[in-house]
Amino acid sequence: MLTVEGLRSRYGRIEVLHGIDLTVASGEIVSVVGANGAGKTTLLRCLSGVQPVSTGTITFRGDLITTVPAHRRAARGLAQVPEARQIFTNLTVEENLRLGAYLFADERVDKDMAEAFAMFPILKEKRNLAAGGLSGGQQQMLAIARALMTRPSCLLLDEPSMGLAPILVAQIFEVVKGMKALDVTVLLVEQNAFGALSISDRGYVMETGRITFSGAAAELVADPRIREAYLGI
Amino acid sequence: MADLLQFLVSGITVGAVYALLALGFTIIFNASDVVNFAQGEFVMLGGMITVFALAAGLPLGLAALIAIVLTAGIGVLLNKLAIEPARGAPVVSLIIITIGASIFIQGVAQIVFDKQIHRYPGISGDAPLRFAGATILPQSLWVIFGATAVFVALWLFFTRTLTGRAVLATANNRLAAALVGINTRYIMTLSFGLSAAIGALAGLLITPITLTSYDVGIPLALKGFAAAMLGGLGNPFGALVGGLLLGVLEALTAGYISSQYKDAVAFIVIIGVLFVMPQGLFGRKSTERV
Repeated sequence: MLTVEGLRSRYGRIEVLHGIDLTVASGEIVSVVGANGAGKTTLLRCLSGVQPVSTGTITFRGDLITTVPAHRRAARGLAQVPEARQIFTNLTVEENLRLGAYLFADERVDKDMAEAFAMFPILKEKRNLAAGGLSGGQQQMLAIARALMTRPSCLLLDEPSMGLAPILVAQIFEVVKGMKALDVTVLLVEQNAFGALSISDRGYVMETGRITFSGAAAELVADPRIREAYLGI
Repeated sequence: MADLLQFLVSGITVGAVYALLALGFTIIFNASDVVNFAQGEFVMLGGMITVFALAAGLPLGLAALIAIVLTAGIGVLLNKLAIEPARGAPVVSLIIITIGASIFIQGVAQIVFDKQIHRYPGISGDAPLRFAGATILPQSLWVIFGATAVFVALWLFFTRTLTGRAVLATANNRLAAALVGINTRYIMTLSFGLSAAIGALAGLLITPITLTSYDVGIPLALKGFAAAMLGGLGNPFGALVGGLLLGVLEALTAGYISSQYKDAVAFIVIIGVLFVMPQGLFGRKSTERV
């Protein structure tokens, strides 16, 4: 589904990704975990096309997309739920969802919106309110629902649990886990390593711009080095 | 009483033009955070192109259409050639670029057209109508009608069409807009084209009343900017109210105090707004949760 090879990226003169290799197979949930500042967000920004790549390649569903602009990647089925949600705060919940399906004007839009409301009933309740007034958890749900409106085959999630109460974190992780049933492949970036790995098939550990460990999620959770460094156990 | 009515009528007429200018500022500001000081040049171009198209023997309707389309094209070029290449530069630099563009357009207009003052007859002639002791030029009604039509059309565009909502979405959060597949560059181009077209329409409607020449743009841009600030930069409804209010204030000042102070009103308004309520009458209030 998604293959990254030798990816490097920089902010000005400072390189923050020093050659990332990563694959996500169709139907998988894959996590990238690591501390704040490891370059996880930059990696996702490269994948969605809002951050330029210096060298390396990104292949999505067999096509090289390294230089494809962000809005065309969305059209190809690669959706991102960005860090800090980035919803359209002064538009209503319903308008946010409708804009998720910006590329489409068929009857499936209404069907998808009904499904989004079924998945997140609170959004239906608040559909005519400005999205900026939603709570953090509701905004996160809206961001995920909006990304699903783009009809993605692969969803990139950036820190969906950030800043949420534990009960909401569990709820969001359940939603991510549910992507399998929707046939949506997931690449999840998280600081909450334990939570992320517990719903993933495989995981990568990232440290200062490099992948330092990778493997089956269960193995990573069991690895004493990772337990000590990232899981706080 | 007849005096007051007279002042109000001329105030609202000029105010409608300021409102269209402020609307042009608002559209570009929302899409790009840039205050486009070349906005006044669009008004000048609308009037001047119409003048020369009429002189070439074209009927008024066609001349007006050409003026709007050409000016919209110049707006698009301004974005493509001057703003887009500087993307990522601080907003202040972009604003200075628009001031440069304004001077450039003025200079070219001086060569392509001429330095004379021009006018052409109003759409429904120049015979004034009398109403309760005040005289109203039929062209005033056209200006007010034109401004109303633009505001209604834009309101429908922003609230009823997906493209309109995509413009609002891009204004609100460019990153998120790109991530749902909105081509934000296209939205910028569209905004510049739209603002320029609105400016041109304002220019060609007001020319029979206020006359035009190559150098009317900058003072108009400043008035339009004052109107936008007064209403709250970024709010289309604020642009409408700010424009009308500024026009009426100017007319009342000219009528009751002295016409020499008329032009000072806009600047007093800017200073007053900046001191007392920097958000303007209908400015954005930040009520977002983060």
